[in-house]
Amino acid sequence: MNELLFVLAVPLVASVLLAFVGHSRRAPEVNAAASFLTLAAAVFLAVRVVDEGPLILFEEHFFVDPLNVFLIALTALVGFTTALFSRPYMRIERNLGRLTGSRMRLYHSMFQMFMCTMLIALSTNNLGILWVAMEAATLTTVLLVALYRTPASLEAAWKYFILCGVGIAQALFGTILIYFAAERVLGHDGGALLWTQLDAVKTELEPTVLSLAFVFLFVGYGTKTGLVPLHNWLPDAHAEGPTPVSAVLSGLLLNVALYAIIRCKVLVDGALENAFASHLMMIFGLLTVVVPAFYLSRQKDVKRLFGYSSIEHMGIITFAFGMGGPVANVAGLLHMTVHSLTKSAIFFAVGHAAQMAHTQIIDDIRGLIKASPTIGWGLMLGTLAILGMPPFGVFTSEFMILTTAIKYHPWATPILLVALGVAFAAIFGKVQAMAFGRPSVKPLSHNPALFPVFIHLGLVLMLGLWVPPYLAEWYRQAAKFIG
Amino acid sequence: MIDFLARVLPEAGQIINLCAALMLLLGFSMLAQRRILTLINLFLLQGIALFVSILVVAVSTKQSHLLWSAMITLALKVVALPWVLHRLIRRLSVKWDVETLLNIPTTMLVGIGLVIVAFNVATPISELSGTVLRSTIGIALACVLLSFLMMITRSKAVPQVIAFLAMENGLFFAATSATYGMPMVVELGIALDVMVGMVIFGVFFFQIRQQFDSLDIRQMEKAREE
Repeated sequence: MNELLFVLAVPLVASVLLAFVGHSRRAPEVNAAASFLTLAAAVFLAVRVVDEGPLILFEEHFFVDPLNVFLIALTALVGFTTALFSRPYMRIERNLGRLTGSRMRLYHSMFQMFMCTMLIALSTNNLGILWVAMEAATLTTVLLVALYRTPASLEAAWKYFILCGVGIAQALFGTILIYFAAERVLGHDGGALLWTQLDAVKTELEPTVLSLAFVFLFVGYGTKTGLVPLHNWLPDAHAEGPTPVSAVLSGLLLNVALYAIIRCKVLVDGALENAFASHLMMIFGLLTVVVPAFYLSRQKDVKRLFGYSSIEHMGIITFAFGMGGPVANVAGLLHMTVHSLTKSAIFFAVGHAAQMAHTQIIDDIRGLIKASPTIGWGLMLGTLAILGMPPFGVFTSEFMILTTAIKYHPWATPILLVALGVAFAAIFGKVQAMAFGRPSVKPLSHNPALFPVFIHLGLVLMLGLWVPPYLAEWYRQAAKFIG
Repeated sequence: MIDFLARVLPEAGQIINLCAALMLLLGFSMLAQRRILTLINLFLLQGIALFVSILVVAVSTKQSHLLWSAMITLALKVVALPWVLHRLIRRLSVKWDVETLLNIPTTMLVGIGLVIVAFNVATPISELSGTVLRSTIGIALACVLLSFLMMITRSKAVPQVIAFLAMENGLFFAATSATYGMPMVVELGIALDVMVGMVIFGVFFFQIRQQFDSLDIRQMEKAREE
């Protein structure tokens, strides 16, 4: 039997099932169980791909190579831990009267559907299906962001929908242009959108058309990645949706959008034989690091604060892939991993902290460590990790990116360092005030699930100290595919 | 049937160019239209122009899969979406709403600028294209950009959605004119996404109005600032 079929079918079936029973008392467990099955299938798939090499499946419409299997495994892992976290979190939300039974049904069903669309986007070989899956992921998350139906959440969802709708339309135009260029080489039999076939003939593709296509694709998928100047939707969407959704948006969806850009970059690099795509990614990556750093200190809402931090990290990763080369690519992949794990861990802790304080306003959340040591320390350690403090994995990847920048693009290094410093000052000051001091928060009605927080932080710590040889080999293989 | 039509349509290229010109014209009139009801009718007309052009391409080039995408366009853009939109504005009782648009002449001038940009961008592509309607790629891109502009300048929810759908029209037109359409799987997927998106929009309209007593996006932004 094929593992990929399970990876894609389990969330789809679970989504349909939860659309009917999502309001029942056991629905959170069903949700977690389905996510666990997805994770198990993804692990088997990953082992097989790393051992046996790339797979091409289902009439070439799907393919799995070390690059995307790594993201599939990461997506399934974070999906599973988020499902674990959302069990008590969503129960508390329901007890607080913020959600009704039908909303719980919508939430559970859309959570699984969202996982399904992301996994399709990651594993498909067809650039058209990639676009369709990205658009579907947007639609499901719009519903999730608007879950509370408050004025602010509706506004956030609307903005998200319109901006990403516009962005993704540009990506469709880019896809059409790629198809147009490929059709002249591969013929009009439907094979001209398959990435593996495009990759094989990439040097023959028309350079002008492809560079134009990349601009459109970069703007389109870049909107979803949260690249400046099209990042406006991101902090709102993160702040207003339920926290598990913020965690998967930040930890997973941004990665998937970035993955789409990387896949297209490989084709464009082959066709152009110059650094056009790299330069575009470096410039916008750098801009995306610098601009949000200066917004951070003005934030009053804790989830918006970490939303801006996600934008900044997406900028770092885009910059790393823009530089290219073996070291920067491995660093980019490593940073994707550690950012996903750390940022979702932070959102888990922040979610419970906001529930204890009944607000997301930073000034009203005080003394977390005294009120609940696990939540407080989880948030504090997560923040230290995301700010790039040494024993954690974020430090390793940022260090690799910075050293590569010093060697090949020295002009960019001071800009990066200043932005990272400003971000450190802004975030650390705010989080410190939240963690220490006299408690202003009340205990929770259900025991929080903080076990995912410490699993994630433990993994990030491990990646900072020691990357297992198997994993290192995997990163190297994946980086080779990016070129 | 196809053979018969092929004989009747010796001037396929002319008809397609006419449709393209109509689409651009409709794009401009949507940009300047203030009444929501008329806006929906203009969108319907644009759908018809798109349908006719895809049909003519399908017949004149004997691409049978394009017939299917013409049918999808007919079902979705000419029948389903305008019907849903009409129902929505009736139930929301915004049928006779008139939006106050600032600076229509300026918007039109910016629109003309966008058309020039679109033609310049499309020139290298048109030169490579071997299809009968290569000259229309620029128009398709211009339609996309005009809808983009419309989305930015509108402040009400329904016109923004119509702009979004008109952008989809432009993209479909681009796909047809540059490459005789995308593979079937992809076109079906796009159609599905548009449908689902429309349903979500519909639900959203009611939610937004319930919360803000209006479908004006500016109200939402004001609520946030307070």
